[in-house]
Amino acid sequence: MNLTLDAPEIADLTIGPCTLTSRLIAGTGKYADHETMQAALAAADCSAVTVAVRRERLLDEQGRSLLDFLDLDRYTILPNTAGCFNAEDAVRVARLGRDLLEQLDNPGQHWVKLEVLGDRTTLLPDPVGTLEACRELVTDGFCVLCYTSDDPIMATRIRDAGAACVMPAGSPIGSGRGIANPPAIHIIHQLLKDPAQGGDPDYPLIVDAGVGTPGDVTQAMELGADGVLLNTGIAHADDPVRMAHAMRLACVAGYHGARSGRIPRRLHASASSPWEGIISVIPGE
Amino acid sequence: MQLTVNGESRDLKGETIGTVLAELGLDNAPCAVEVNRMLVPAREREERRLTDGDVVEIVTLVGGG
Repeated sequence: MNLTLDAPEIADLTIGPCTLTSRLIAGTGKYADHETMQAALAAADCSAVTVAVRRERLLDEQGRSLLDFLDLDRYTILPNTAGCFNAEDAVRVARLGRDLLEQLDNPGQHWVKLEVLGDRTTLLPDPVGTLEACRELVTDGFCVLCYTSDDPIMATRIRDAGAACVMPAGSPIGSGRGIANPPAIHIIHQLLKDPAQGGDPDYPLIVDAGVGTPGDVTQAMELGADGVLLNTGIAHADDPVRMAHAMRLACVAGYHGARSGRIPRRLHASASSPWEGIISVIPGE
Repeated sequence: MQLTVNGESRDLKGETIGTVLAELGLDNAPCAVEVNRMLVPAREREERRLTDGDVVEIVTLVGGG
């Protein structure tokens, strides 16, 4: 037990070749402008940020590119395969992203956030395409962080396919519905991390997608996630920078909460003040 | 040379990826290139020759989640 008042430390999170000092990974999409994104990323204090690979338009209306607003010495860039609906396209996009990050000499060149989606309405992952792409990218030397649904068995299949990290969705991308099925995340945590179930306590689990509030981040961390990846919950908040601060604090809260040994749930109350020495009348006694 | 660049038909003079990028004003831009759905690594751009009808994708990094 820690009796000092110093804030307890948060261990670095290692995923494949990348070591992160923050357990919040933030997306760079959907911001009203680059300046807001830049401030929100700083407020979130993340060390890795996701980006997408798209056809060159290069310059925004004012003639500026996203890369002008990302400090590449500060952030490890995690390129995604968002918008891919089959394994072949996801592998193409991953390779293009790697080539870009090699040119930028960013450590993100070694990894990819793999998404193979089923359709553009639900944005739910296609499990067959996801596994196929995961295997091919692992063979090609990628450190694969794999987006998936909250299906526990699928999570183990992705791990077995060689992914460096499994990233179940809390709820659909951008839905803000939080952790729709907490027991599923709990079971994924057990299967991936419990040695008695063939797991490895150091195997990273990140909850990705659906986060709407700081409470969702805390819940994910309390369920044992090693980190949380989010975008819309910050970018589309009325005050994105303030929400980014809140998400950072929520992540810290959940991290420490998960490691402090919560009390068991009880049906009935347990008084915090002593019964001994009471001067009042207790009903029924 | 007739190429399809990012989904649009273009008549370009360049014979290599390097010269085509310069022609498009992208020679100093951070981008990645694939030809006929195969990545052409940045280090091979200058030498890699294009042929009529090639389908070229030039991509960069944008905001995403």
